[in-house]
Amino acid sequence: MVGQIRDLLAARVAATPRDELADLTGVIAGPTTAPTDRVLARLLPDFHREDTGLSGGMRALHEPELLAAKDGAAAVVLETCPAHGGRIRLSEEQAQAWLTALNDVRLALGTVLEVTEDMPDELPPDDPRTPHLAVYHWLTWVQESLIQALIST
Amino acid sequence: MTTPVELEQTQVDPALDLVADETGTEDRPWLTIVWNDPVNLMSYVTYIFQQLFGYSREKATKLMLDVHHKGRAVVSSGSREKVEIDVAKLHGAGLWATMQRDT
Repeated sequence: MVGQIRDLLAARVAATPRDELADLTGVIAGPTTAPTDRVLARLLPDFHREDTGLSGGMRALHEPELLAAKDGAAAVVLETCPAHGGRIRLSEEQAQAWLTALNDVRLALGTVLEVTEDMPDELPPDDPRTPHLAVYHWLTWVQESLIQALIST
Repeated sequence: MTTPVELEQTQVDPALDLVADETGTEDRPWLTIVWNDPVNLMSYVTYIFQQLFGYSREKATKLMLDVHHKGRAVVSSGSREKVEIDVAKLHGAGLWATMQRDT
């Protein structure tokens, strides 16, 4: 799932038109419009609720660094997560990256599952979302445990 | 999905706004608003407020509860540049944040 987030972020980067000025200056401008994909739109919200001009300008300015930061956090998880499970020890910096990446996965999954605040812990067995909701709840538990560990350090 | 509270909009003369932006004499600061969402954990939101803004546990918890119960909360304010950076940091953490002019 972390890898899927990276793929989504990479697709967003690839969809950003290159311009010659950016090639010259090395300053990359992001797109001015919000992603049409609802998961990406949740990971990269607008900066202003009504002023689309201002939102577009802010997006162009900040989206490249946001995409890079989210991708960087996801990369840390993939590098530090043991391939066959087991115990891991994380530095505080790595734990922060885990927190960011886990949250992005929960946001993505929560968006697809259309999670609401009054969502029951379990959906009816015939609901197609049921098995995925269990994964979501497990990720929530992992994230909560990580936060408690970070607070207590 | 939680429905956020609708905000009242105030018409701003664009010319006046531009002058104010450039001179910094306008008395209305920019606000960073965090909106409630059904995914972000209460503990996580509190933790992020402490990490990003250096707020005490008490202040961060109060702001988190405002977001949770009232649908939104103003978490920082100041110049447009400052608020813009705050919103970007919150987006980096996965919180649903926007910026707006104080009314």
